[in-house]
Amino acid sequence: MTDLRRSDRMDETLRAAFAPEVLVIIDDSARHAGHAGAGPAGETHYDVTIVSARFEGMSRVARSRLVHEVLADEFTTGLHALALALRTPDEARRLTAAGAGA
Amino acid sequence: MADTIQQRIQNQIDANPVMLFMKGDAMFPQCGFSARVVQILNHSGVPFTTANVLEDPELRDGIKSFSNWPTIPQLYVKGEFVGGCDIVTEMFQSGELETLLADKGIATKAA
Repeated sequence: MTDLRRSDRMDETLRAAFAPEVLVIIDDSARHAGHAGAGPAGETHYDVTIVSARFEGMSRVARSRLVHEVLADEFTTGLHALALALRTPDEARRLTAAGAGA
Repeated sequence: MADTIQQRIQNQIDANPVMLFMKGDAMFPQCGFSARVVQILNHSGVPFTTANVLEDPELRDGIKSFSNWPTIPQLYVKGEFVGGCDIVTEMFQSGELETLLADKGIATKAA
């Protein structure tokens, strides 16, 4: 399974760990091509949104640390930047309601 | 015994009420995520100190283990870890960052 793309591996790992209502993984590596940390093969910069009940009662820092921990193997194999939006289902619904005016 | 990197970091966050570990410096950030946090702190009008991890490989690794946080930038306020770019941005947008800075007694620069 090691020849899976990183985004596919992350998708599997995050689904198993968080049973997310929403999981969006965007590979943002191309936009960072040429930076330090951006390897020639890409797969270094990601933008991840997770909506999961597992985040209930957790601070922002604690949520991110949990995701970092779950993805520790990816960080040791070249994952360089991970932008995270981590919400509980309640928070996600409130944000959607707020954005759905008009 | 010589100061360990962990001790050096502790001294930095103790000595500087708003301490940003980043790539580049406030004038010339060398990463978009670091640049965004600098922009937010400038906008908030608080004085802050930066350390450039690109000039110090020991610091670059050391801060990751010190904070148990794998990415740069990292913001500390009054010795307390606030977060990286995403968290600082979210807190700025929701007004929580301003509240945190005020609660911690960080005075904004005179207008």
